[in-house]
Amino acid sequence: MKVIMLGLLNRIILTILISIITTLSFADDQHSHGANTNYLNTDWSFKGIFGTFDRASLQRGYQVYQEVCAGCHSVQHLSYRNLSEKGGPEFSVEEAKAIAAQFEVEDGPNSDGEMFMRPGRLSDKFVKPYPNVQASTAANDGAYPPDMSVLAKARAGGADYIYSLLLGYEEAPAGFELDDGVYYNKYMPGNKIKMSAPISDGLVEYSDGTQATTAQMTKDVTTFLVWVSEPHLESQHRMGFKAIIYLIILFTLVYMSKQKVWSRFGSKKEPEEETYDKVERVVTEYEGEDPKTFK
Amino acid sequence: MSKEIKPKRRDFLFTATYTIGAVGLGAAIWPLVDQMNPDASVKALSTTEVDVSSVEPGKTITVLWRGKPIFIRRRTQKEIDEAAAVDLKDLKDPEKDSDRAKNPEWLVMVGVCTHLGCVPLGDKGDYNAWFCPCHGSHYDTSGRIRKGPAPTNLEIPKYEFVNNNTIKIG
Amino acid sequence: MSENQYIPKTKLAKWFDSRLPLLSLSHHLKEYPTPKNLNYWWTFGGILTFCLITQIVTGVILGMHYVAHTDHAFESIEHIMRDVNYGWLLRYVHANGASMFFLAVYIHIFRGLYYGSYKAPREVIWIIGVIIYLLMMATAFMGYVLPWGQMSFWGATVITNLFSAIPLIGESITTWLWGGYAVDNPTLTRFYALHYLLPFLIFGLIILHIWALHVPGNNNPTGIDVKKNSNETMPFHPYMVMKDITALLVFIIIFFWFVFFAPNALGHPDNYIEANPLVTPTHIVPEWYLLPFYAILRAIPSKLGGVIFMFAAIFVLVLLPWLDTSKVRSSTFRPLYRKFFWVLVVAVILLGYLGAKPPEGIYLVLSRIATAYYFIHFLILLPVLGRYEKTDQLPMSISDPVLDKPGLIDKFKKAAGQYEGDNVGSFK
Repeated sequence: MKVIMLGLLNRIILTILISIITTLSFADDQHSHGANTNYLNTDWSFKGIFGTFDRASLQRGYQVYQEVCAGCHSVQHLSYRNLSEKGGPEFSVEEAKAIAAQFEVEDGPNSDGEMFMRPGRLSDKFVKPYPNVQASTAANDGAYPPDMSVLAKARAGGADYIYSLLLGYEEAPAGFELDDGVYYNKYMPGNKIKMSAPISDGLVEYSDGTQATTAQMTKDVTTFLVWVSEPHLESQHRMGFKAIIYLIILFTLVYMSKQKVWSRFGSKKEPEEETYDKVERVVTEYEGEDPKTFK
Repeated sequence: MSKEIKPKRRDFLFTATYTIGAVGLGAAIWPLVDQMNPDASVKALSTTEVDVSSVEPGKTITVLWRGKPIFIRRRTQKEIDEAAAVDLKDLKDPEKDSDRAKNPEWLVMVGVCTHLGCVPLGDKGDYNAWFCPCHGSHYDTSGRIRKGPAPTNLEIPKYEFVNNNTIKIG
Repeated sequence: MSENQYIPKTKLAKWFDSRLPLLSLSHHLKEYPTPKNLNYWWTFGGILTFCLITQIVTGVILGMHYVAHTDHAFESIEHIMRDVNYGWLLRYVHANGASMFFLAVYIHIFRGLYYGSYKAPREVIWIIGVIIYLLMMATAFMGYVLPWGQMSFWGATVITNLFSAIPLIGESITTWLWGGYAVDNPTLTRFYALHYLLPFLIFGLIILHIWALHVPGNNNPTGIDVKKNSNETMPFHPYMVMKDITALLVFIIIFFWFVFFAPNALGHPDNYIEANPLVTPTHIVPEWYLLPFYAILRAIPSKLGGVIFMFAAIFVLVLLPWLDTSKVRSSTFRPLYRKFFWVLVVAVILLGYLGAKPPEGIYLVLSRIATAYYFIHFLILLPVLGRYEKTDQLPMSISDPVLDKPGLIDKFKKAAGQYEGDNVGSFK
């Protein structure tokens, strides 16, 4: 009787579980949010546990950012000195200084109490195209071009999303309503985007002779944005690899030590002998008592 | 019970485990200590440029560099002569004035008393130069310690004249 | 054997120990007798201690660089990530550490549920544990607000608004929590102060939790009382210490995998967008460890009801030692309860999954079913099972399961058979 009941219970539970999983997988299909999340495939050198940035790509990516994006998008948490730091585009310090000096930075107040403009220095943060969010929104027809300091971490899909979005401009399908100044993009949630396709073939001229195709520029600027979001990614990967290897070695040693320590517990007797002792004890107790009191 | 199970000797396995474990612990503690050091943005703020064209002889301006006051004094000829005339044997921390002020007219020093970090007052004290009110250290017209508890002369920061009117500190 | 009194060996030790018995305490901790059959699920107590210490150490350090002001909070986090020496490491350890802390605490709680560790005489340990869990949730929630991202802001808004469900005084309480008319700078600074304080309360409660544990001693996988000072127990040091460290290292490997190779996998991308009181993210979700309760909150179609049920879901755990009336502790010997235990695990995981989904359609239906099960499990099934469940026969002592080893049972029968007839078959 008990066995049958348990079997029945098992079957009921199993059935419920399976039906829940099926309904959920069905519901999930229904509820995906309009946006295409089948991002375009690209090889990112920074993916994976040994991932590092492609320096040349980062340098080109900086150029694309500066010539194409910087007009509207700030990277306010990035400093010019970061451009020459290890693990980044690794411009030489002189190059980074020259880049910084191209920009006018507000400083002050001076001894007369006035703010003044001076050429940028390595210690300065990247100059913003607009002084604040409101100005930026007003200048861009009501759509704030997001700051890109942590953009790659602020979007589900990260690098793949940014890459796909930049290449995801298409003719809107028939019947899809678009206002003026709004564009259709396959990968944008809701498919409506206020930024026109920013990148086109030959838009910048790479000094290293790389062909400035749309795909190449997109890949370079995306790589740059990933580094901007995670400037310590390379040391993170390096340190992580070392830490995990170390932990595995330590674990092996600790486990062996633990086994050794544990083997000493009660080692005075052979296991067989011990068992017989127990049998004897149980039997003695059994003998003396009524079997029913056993639990 | 507890006696017989204690390891009788530290065998190689235990020694190795302890050693490797201690190394890892040390490595884990280092970031906790190093984060207290000046961070990258603080280190980057290493230079300040100062326009000194408006400073008259006998006047001092004070500017902030790395969070500390920097005295920039345009010395009078009298002060320069006084500073140069001092016998090095009389000094607690012997240093020639010509080593402290490359251009004798301009004295650039960190305005922090070497005793316990107060800011000395200008045109005061026994040498009519700098005097620290906290514990009574007297500095001469070259910023050298002459009297009082401070152990060394006022520190000279790294600086250079970018042009006749501008000093770059750091 | 091991519980013997500590006798100081030197004069100095004697002098000190008679004034402050720290040496006796350390002796007690080392020699504390633990059942020798504890399995690896019992190592999570040690792992949790590690988690708390890691969170406190990294948290205090992050507090040296963080700025609790709405204008600077987001920026100061980026400053930590970019400029502070090893700042990125400390922040990622702290952020992922919170998730790992909850992962460990959930395993610890379900271990207690499975093996009946909440039953007499361990009710007080359990109740202190529930309070610790509650404080952990409060701490984690307030910590998540500090980066001042979109999820921080809107999470804080939604959770503080829960209190407005309380009749009459609710609105006033919410305004009082905020220090204003919406989540703003005063809210951020007080959350920071409390986020800093609560872990130390947790630390104190953990000392009580361990103290309360050391009075009756550990439960064990069989749920049978062990005979202290017998060969059924072994001293905490070195045996359990070594075992705990072994498990801890595996845990740290998983932990560090997240820190170094997927540091943002458990967070939400929207929290890298600075808080904007004018725009709510399309889909706001709490951190994963709060999702089951969030699902319960949304399963109830009334504002006040949702809040009541959500808090009741935690409070019911306090009553658990009296709701479960079974005399048998461990699920090992409770075939029916064991099944329902796993149903509960599935229901809670399901609630967690549903908490991240929009509260509509089939998701809502399932949330309600799982919520209903959650309460039925504790309020109805446990008391009923305690009365009517036919439990398996318990072994004599924790050592006896050793007889199940192949071959040994025959030896046992043979030995026993010499004394009695065939009756011995009924032994287990």
